[in-house]
Amino acid sequence: MAETTLSTQRAGRKPRFLLADNASVLIFMGLLALFTLGVTVLSEGFGIGVISTSFVKTLGKTLCLCLVALAMDLVWGYCGILSLGHMAFFGLGGYAIGMWLMYARTEIIVTESLAAAALPPTPQEISDGIAAQIFGVVGASEFPPIWAFAHSLPLQLAAVVLVPGLLALVFGWLAFRSRVTGVYLSILTQAMTLALSLYLFQNDSGLRGNNGLSGLQNLPGLGDVPQSTVSLWFFWASALALGLGYLLCVRVVSGKFGSVIRAIRDDESRARFLGYPVEGYKLFIFTLTAILAGIAGALYYPQAGIINPAEIAPIASIYLAVWVAIGGRGRLYGAVIGAAFVSLLSTWFTGGQAPDVSLGFYTIQWVDWWTVLLGLSFVAVTLFAPKGIGGLFDLIADRRHQDRHGADLGPEPGALREKESQV
Amino acid sequence: MTRILLTLACLLGPLLSAPAAAQQADAPIQVLLQEHGEIIAESSRRSIGPAIDALADSGMPEAQAVLERWQAKEMWIDAASGLFVFAEEVDRDTLRIFDVATGEDLGEVPDDTYDQLKPNSGIRGMIAAALVRFQLIDPDPTVRATALDAIERDPEASHLSVLRAVKGSDGTPDFLTRVERLERLLTIRFAEEDAERIAAIESFAGDLGVDVRAALNPLVATRLEAAKTMPDGPDIAGRLYPDREGLSAGDAYVLLVDAGLAPPRISGEAQRQALESNIQNGAVAGIEVATLSTQTARDLAYRALAETGAVDPVATEGEVNAALADHVFFARYIGAPPAVAQAAALALGDIGNKVAFNRSLDLALDGISLASIYFLAAIGLAITFGVMGVINMAHGEFIMMGAYTGFVVQQVVPDYTLSIILAIPLAFAVTFAAGVAMERLVIRWLYHRPLETLLATFGVSIALQQLAKNIFGTQARPLTAPGWLDGSLVVNDIVSISYIRIAIFVLAILFLAMFLLVMNRTRLGLEVRAVTQNPRMAASMGINPDRINMLTFGFGSGIAGIAGVAIGLYAKVTSEMGADYIVQSFMTVVVGGVGNIWGTLLGATMVGFLQKGIEWLNPSNTLAAQTYMILFIIFFIQFRPRGIIPLKGRAAEV
Repeated sequence: MAETTLSTQRAGRKPRFLLADNASVLIFMGLLALFTLGVTVLSEGFGIGVISTSFVKTLGKTLCLCLVALAMDLVWGYCGILSLGHMAFFGLGGYAIGMWLMYARTEIIVTESLAAAALPPTPQEISDGIAAQIFGVVGASEFPPIWAFAHSLPLQLAAVVLVPGLLALVFGWLAFRSRVTGVYLSILTQAMTLALSLYLFQNDSGLRGNNGLSGLQNLPGLGDVPQSTVSLWFFWASALALGLGYLLCVRVVSGKFGSVIRAIRDDESRARFLGYPVEGYKLFIFTLTAILAGIAGALYYPQAGIINPAEIAPIASIYLAVWVAIGGRGRLYGAVIGAAFVSLLSTWFTGGQAPDVSLGFYTIQWVDWWTVLLGLSFVAVTLFAPKGIGGLFDLIADRRHQDRHGADLGPEPGALREKESQV
Repeated sequence: MTRILLTLACLLGPLLSAPAAAQQADAPIQVLLQEHGEIIAESSRRSIGPAIDALADSGMPEAQAVLERWQAKEMWIDAASGLFVFAEEVDRDTLRIFDVATGEDLGEVPDDTYDQLKPNSGIRGMIAAALVRFQLIDPDPTVRATALDAIERDPEASHLSVLRAVKGSDGTPDFLTRVERLERLLTIRFAEEDAERIAAIESFAGDLGVDVRAALNPLVATRLEAAKTMPDGPDIAGRLYPDREGLSAGDAYVLLVDAGLAPPRISGEAQRQALESNIQNGAVAGIEVATLSTQTARDLAYRALAETGAVDPVATEGEVNAALADHVFFARYIGAPPAVAQAAALALGDIGNKVAFNRSLDLALDGISLASIYFLAAIGLAITFGVMGVINMAHGEFIMMGAYTGFVVQQVVPDYTLSIILAIPLAFAVTFAAGVAMERLVIRWLYHRPLETLLATFGVSIALQQLAKNIFGTQARPLTAPGWLDGSLVVNDIVSISYIRIAIFVLAILFLAMFLLVMNRTRLGLEVRAVTQNPRMAASMGINPDRINMLTFGFGSGIAGIAGVAIGLYAKVTSEMGADYIVQSFMTVVVGGVGNIWGTLLGATMVGFLQKGIEWLNPSNTLAAQTYMILFIIFFIQFRPRGIIPLKGRAAEV
């Protein structure tokens, strides 16, 4: 904050508060609070029961997806790094919290069953029992080294932040240092995601191979609390995380720092020649968004109940890019709208609730055809509406900039234009 | 006439003195059978051995017939005289009997006094093994070859002498070579003299046959033993140390316990049970049960119990370590006399080196074929990405489209050879059209916006993938290779390569040649290169860049279609097959260096060999191999971000 204040002061302007700069933030926060309140009132756990518990979970999961979309927008829409690895960070966060959930719950079960024995169990016996329960399915009976901290909630919570953060830091440092940019970087991040998911698919990866971690919806020690209540806890936590994440992202993209990362997106070389340490900025954004993705994942998977390596497959990260692009990249609320809109629509179409369309000679079943429609509409959005759904707000506000020629290349005002880019 | 005779025989049979009387009871073969009469009649697999051996070893010419007919359940025994005859059942009650020695027809008799010998399948197997020696000298070459197969499958010591006898006889060179090799193999296993066996072992030095290794391996079998001091002697194969390779400390201690050199240890489970069964008044040997929640406390309680005599004493950790340090562990040859075992070990070592060399040769062949597949998958991408700078995420789906075209053609044209010949140009046409359509509709609006090309083509990719799923279903569809591509080229027992892989390799070479030809020798290639280097200059020279871009993109997509047919022959056709190759294809292009076909070739070679190499290090796990390969590539790109052959000059800055 101090830096921003300083720079704006230097520019001879009055220092302004974060929210005052961004009227949209107030609107967003208000809507989010209203939505949270509304769902709570209508829920089964605390309200009149119009919204079922499973739908509360769906909404809570959608909020988590909005958070990871926010991270994606920050790294792609604002910094120009099309990362195809953020769903991998999301999954890592889920695995980190899943390890504790699974360990702690199994520990309770094992302790209870051993308590019936004549002798009190030794720590070794308890640990062996837990290992046999968890890893029996992949034919192992010992804890792999990566489970060393699974018994401790604080340590695993730290892992939610540290594991994706460190991976992003190391990967980003290697990639940015050797000036891998643009599509090369996208392919490289996709390769990283593929490597990670292939690794997790192995039975000896220590994370139960393609069985993944399951039973995550049951909080250890809180078996008496009904799911309708637990689902709301997670819903609130997700809403809180989304709200805080939004504020953080707004803070990052406003002020001088935000200008620099936008400059990097629009012309990296120019930003570098102006003396900015481009690699450092990119690495910071890449790592920060990876951590956000990890936190989102840690909130998502306890609501989903199960995590397996298929969730980390490269396709998931590409869908994330699809959401952000459809919502409108380069504006934070666009990412949130895109993720919420597309993921809820996907759930609706693939859940079999959408009515079939009969053409007389052929019946379109949306379970089969939704992906085709999504793919084609994605092409259409890329071609005809690069600003996505968020662009509609520009029409309302009539915020067209007439100062430069050529069509926009990016969704952000001031992005590189077509005519100029050909020079 | 015959009928009259038959009738006569039937009528007179019982009246005549037993026809068996006409048998030659003193014929040598009959005498031999009589010697073993009891065990033959008993017909038990456990005791029959000597009888069969005696017959087979008798050297009598009649023995073969006896064994064959016995095996065919055509030998009967006259309960009255105890003599053996061959017999055929004429009807329910009547037998036509033959003399065992001469085969002479002895007429028909009622079967009252005759018992059929019914060898069970075990005995028939033993007879078959004994018969082998007779079949080896059979005039019919197929019988001889079958006999050799039988010996190879189930060799016996008795076969050795037969093989030696046959070795010097006449026969085709092939047959004699086989006999000679088999004789040496059997010498290794069954010969009496060590010198003979060693000579035979040495004659196989460097032989790659699986049969040789199968014969040698039992000879070097060892048994682990423990003793106070290291014994001397030729039969000691080597010393082992506990807790190092080949012998864990736990196993070593079990050896000591088994040899009676140390007291046993107790498992946690057994200890717990022992303690549980000795709980008295809530305590074990005076120690409160509630305190027994650590291993140390349980050990103390168990020690206390042992002192009272309730349980057997067991070794503590310290005693175990002391015992392990006090004894030596060694392996002793038990499969053969020491000299033979050492010769076998030497020969195996020699063979092992040669096997390792051939394995690497085989691995290299595998690497080449995998590299050709990656090259085929990546070459189209190298054109669109490398030459035009367009990322085509739907490239994998073009591969899939080509494969499905092949599948559809095979549904229409049943002849596999013809259908493949038709499928290749058709796949090219279909994907060429799809590529041109995509270039016209999507990509040309997005030149200079590579990231958005990536996204738009990805949209096309998921739409095409789901479309294929809707049309062809989720199950894998077969694309059958023509018969002449079945099987593989076998160089020796280790090195072999299937014809399909050779065909894919040839196809890859053809594509490389075609690409070089088109790019360097045709007008189109010239224009493509011009547009790549400088579109504006090219346009001012009268080249239409739009047209060239369209054709280039179509060309790259068309090659993907043909690659799809090739990959479909080798793997199954599914809607997800493209997605399986897309990342590796991108890796191939990026590693090789964008915009250079030689780079793509090098990239494919590197990726292919790398993957096979890693699989060889960890053969059980292809997933791990792919993981490590991708990690390696990520690191490789750190050091050569522009690939093995980077673009130089102005073109590199586009």
